Amino acid sequence: MINLDWVKDYIDLSDQDLKELAVKITKAGINIEKVIQNRLDNLVIGKVLTCKPHPDSDHLNICEVDIKTQIIQIVCGASNVKAGIKVIVALPGCILPGNFEIKKSNIRNQESNGMICALFELGIEEKNEENYNKGIHVITEDVKIGTDANEYLNTNTTLYELDIHKHRNNDCYYHIGFAYEIACILNRKVVLPNDNYQEIPQNINDLMTLEVITPKCPYYLGKMVKDIQIKPSPDFIQKRLMSVGLRPINNVVDISNYVMLEYGQPLHFFDYAKLGNKVLVRDAKNQEKITTLDKQQRVLNENDIVVTNGSVPVCVAGVMGGENTEVDENTQTIFIESAIFDSVSIRTTANKLNLPSEASIRYGKGLSYEYTNKAINRACHLLEKYANAKVLSGKLVYDKIDKTLKHVQFKTSQINSLLGITLSDVDVETELNRLDFKYTLQDGIFDCEIPARRLDIDPNINDIAEEIGRLYGYHNLKSTLPSIPTRRGVYVKDVKLRKQISKRLRTLGLNETKTYTLISPSMAKLFRYEDKNQITLPNPMSIDKSIIRTTLLPSLLKVYEYNKARKVPDIFLYEIAKTYDVNYQEESKIAILMQGNYIQNSWLHNNVKCDFFLIKGIIENILDYLGFKNRYTFIKESIPDFHPGISAKILLDREKIGVVGKIHPQHNQDDIFMCELSMSKIYNKSIKPLKYKETSKFPQIIKDVAFVVDKNTQSEDIKRQIQKFGGRLLTNIEVFDVYELKEENKKSIAFKLTFQDPSRTLTEEEVLNIFNKIIIDIENNLDAKLRN
Amino acid sequence: MQSNLENLKIEIQNALKNTSCLQDVIDLKGKYLSKKGPINELTQHLKNLPVEDKKEFGKLLNGLKTEVNSLFDEKINYYNTLALNQKLAAESIDVTLPATKISVGAPSILEHLIEEVEEVFMSMGYDVVDGPEIEEDKYNFELLNIPKGHPARDAQDTFYIEDEKILLRSQTSPVQIRTMLASTNKEPIRMICPGKTYRRDADDATHSHQFMQIEGLLVDKNISLSDLKGTFDVIAKKLFGENTKTRFRPSYYQFTEPSVETDISCFSCQGKGCSLCKNTGWITVSGAGMVHPNVLKNCGYDPKEYSGFAFGFGAERLAMLKYGISDCRVFYQTDLREVKTFDRREEAK
Repeated sequence: MINLDWVKDYIDLSDQDLKELAVKITKAGINIEKVIQNRLDNLVIGKVLTCKPHPDSDHLNICEVDIKTQIIQIVCGASNVKAGIKVIVALPGCILPGNFEIKKSNIRNQESNGMICALFELGIEEKNEENYNKGIHVITEDVKIGTDANEYLNTNTTLYELDIHKHRNNDCYYHIGFAYEIACILNRKVVLPNDNYQEIPQNINDLMTLEVITPKCPYYLGKMVKDIQIKPSPDFIQKRLMSVGLRPINNVVDISNYVMLEYGQPLHFFDYAKLGNKVLVRDAKNQEKITTLDKQQRVLNENDIVVTNGSVPVCVAGVMGGENTEVDENTQTIFIESAIFDSVSIRTTANKLNLPSEASIRYGKGLSYEYTNKAINRACHLLEKYANAKVLSGKLVYDKIDKTLKHVQFKTSQINSLLGITLSDVDVETELNRLDFKYTLQDGIFDCEIPARRLDIDPNINDIAEEIGRLYGYHNLKSTLPSIPTRRGVYVKDVKLRKQISKRLRTLGLNETKTYTLISPSMAKLFRYEDKNQITLPNPMSIDKSIIRTTLLPSLLKVYEYNKARKVPDIFLYEIAKTYDVNYQEESKIAILMQGNYIQNSWLHNNVKCDFFLIKGIIENILDYLGFKNRYTFIKESIPDFHPGISAKILLDREKIGVVGKIHPQHNQDDIFMCELSMSKIYNKSIKPLKYKETSKFPQIIKDVAFVVDKNTQSEDIKRQIQKFGGRLLTNIEVFDVYELKEENKKSIAFKLTFQDPSRTLTEEEVLNIFNKIIIDIENNLDAKLRN
Repeated sequence: MQSNLENLKIEIQNALKNTSCLQDVIDLKGKYLSKKGPINELTQHLKNLPVEDKKEFGKLLNGLKTEVNSLFDEKINYYNTLALNQKLAAESIDVTLPATKISVGAPSILEHLIEEVEEVFMSMGYDVVDGPEIEEDKYNFELLNIPKGHPARDAQDTFYIEDEKILLRSQTSPVQIRTMLASTNKEPIRMICPGKTYRRDADDATHSHQFMQIEGLLVDKNISLSDLKGTFDVIAKKLFGENTKTRFRPSYYQFTEPSVETDISCFSCQGKGCSLCKNTGWITVSGAGMVHPNVLKNCGYDPKEYSGFAFGFGAERLAMLKYGISDCRVFYQTDLREVKTFDRREEAK
């Protein structure tokens, strides 16, 4: 939150409409989420001169109110109105919260020229019964009649609520930094606040020593003030702190916060009497304990930084002070710390202790050494002025900070080609001057120095181009297209396969799902048909999403259950997604779930309900489409969590590429059929190029044959055997009838065999020869009997 | 003789008029055209005629035969048609009865959106590339100019699998890194990489621990921020309609510099201000910028020679905007009652 009244201390904004300014600032890169203006027009301080009851009312009063320019009559209904009190008057034209406009009116035949206000009516207090009963606001303070009531109410301020990206916090989330941002947009100069003070002869170096023995504190400054008087802060400090959401406490605490909000540099004040004569900054020890200002005991480790008095911690550096050295109402002498700590360490500590304070956030973003020094001086100035402090001479200094300023060399043409604009050297000079960046220009080469306050800028051309670009205005950029040869883009590698399979499955009436990669332990136990171990996340959000799946089937089942619970009939789903095992081995999988009527017409009693052979048909359709006709087989196999008698593995070129089956009734009683194929394995198979194959013009001869076999014999085995003996002329084998002979525990399978030669007409005899040979071979080689 | 023939014809015509079914006609036909029928009798009679009369009478008789045959055929045809029409009338159905339902196969809503975006980019020459979802810290952060300890890492609260080493990717940008590194001759690149990403967010209406990004990258010589603006203009118009306006706002990302946020004019109110655009007239749809020189360098491209731009859309956000969805959990629930409506073409914009 930025208070614009405050910013005006450092830059002249008297000619600016602050709402319009907010738009300009947003365009240049600092996003202002909200402009907050509570000011109400036509609101003045008045004094009730007379107050008499309204003749036609039992609760209204007619008041004469002095607003300095005139005396006006107002009809007032509040019970606490009386002559002699000072009040807030809304005059005609004033629009109160809720879009309530005050107008001249006539209330029961009495003229009323305004309204005497309660605080809740002005939006300052909550609108509730208690505040309603308080009646109008009676001013007890010394304010002049006729003056703008906004001054009294402190509603004159304009506030900007910022949404700054992380990197700009360090130079914009404090009032002086924000002033610099406005300065470069408006091309104005920033004036820094007064940080002068008197020093007394007594020197801090005679009282205290400073030692820093951690590399995580490159810069540490200490000053001392004494004889302070703790009292409330001056009004302006209190109001400004409140406006940005900080509660005023006393002058000393408020000043430390105030300076932080000016310079972005957090300060810490120690009570010297409690601290003693030594400051030692070091890494914390493992299990080291400190009770912080919030009276919580904190346990530290060696990643944390502590400020100690030489023996025990007195402050978790950059995060929160210790209770043992806290400034209280009896404090007389203060040791002021202004330092820079390692930002990563502060962030880690603040996160670990769950203490994200205004200070730790600022340390965590990184600070500019320039302001570390300015801030401590400014604090001395304010303490001297508002806490009657006497500032000791001398300063404790530990200084290992790199003060080298970053430089960038560049040509205007490089900026132009990155942004696609046409600036001249003079234009670039103008922009750099606005940014208040020092530079030299020689032989067309700029050498630009990045000010210390701009920690966010790295020394490269792109960073400079960004600064110039945002001031130039991105809305001023032209829209061009890259002038490079165009060709159509392609789906690279297995993306194309995924799209092809996906489209095919959709055409076949399956609905695509996307589900979570992370699953629960109970889901992770299901369908473990592969010898794969799963990854369990060390830092999951919840146990429900803690395991990286190796199969998509549990997720599909969950989608099924979700829809089933919502009474969706006929559920056909698929998902294609990546899976990972514990060795980070990636495998893309295609999962299918089918339940219900694939084709449905109830009134016609014409339903095709999904069964094993329908899902098998879907799989074959896909595999044939992908070019694997006659290269795959289904082999009966019992698969975990599938029906042991209705499940199979799927082989492609003798390699297992997936499983299919009906869900085990112990998981779900519905007739759910599921399949999972490895897209990765399919992707690795090559296929023959597509070629036209002419249908034979010569007649085909069809022969039917049926065998009685053991119930458990697989038709595929017989078929393969027939194919083997049938040879080249046997062009097609189809099962056309199956029935069980229950008493014998056998079944009959009937095949339709098609014989054809591409180049001639076959004779009945030669076909019969082959046909008979097949029958004999089958009977001899399989436990089969020809059925007559 | 002649009048005999004429009388016979009239007689047959009258007889046919009195028939009431196909069988009557067949019976009549039998009567008149059978061997013992009157026409055949006349044929017999012809033999006894003198030669000169034979010729003339023969001609007349043949004419009569043809005419009578066609009279019978006509009538047979009439009764056949009548019978068929009656049969067809009996077979008439109630066409308003419900159709036989063939299972609908819809894409997931996100996929529907992504395929549309892919089509736009592919038409502009961008390849669609895929990459691993379990990534190395190096590709997900370090090479993207996000070193260890950088605050940008905090914002993307990451699912680590092995501390500071292996993670579930928090963005699809590592695919761009991999593509740049894989280019052996450091060729120009134009690619998008739609894919799943993961962050430690609690799931609610606008957050999801798993979500989809559509990031893109173009690397070539002399590429400028204005080229990014022009490219974004085309994409915005194709996705949200020809009248869509765009704007860039300065922003910050670690792997681009300068960085921008890209807005489109609100398609719901045409920029006038409504609840969808929170009365600003604009909707933020992506983040983008010029590829950071460090990133180019990390991937073997000389920033003095090459420049490029990168951009990233949130697929969920685009889909929510485009289809008016208010809760992003919808995408991962797959309520078929909702999803099936997406099995539909869309009018080209």
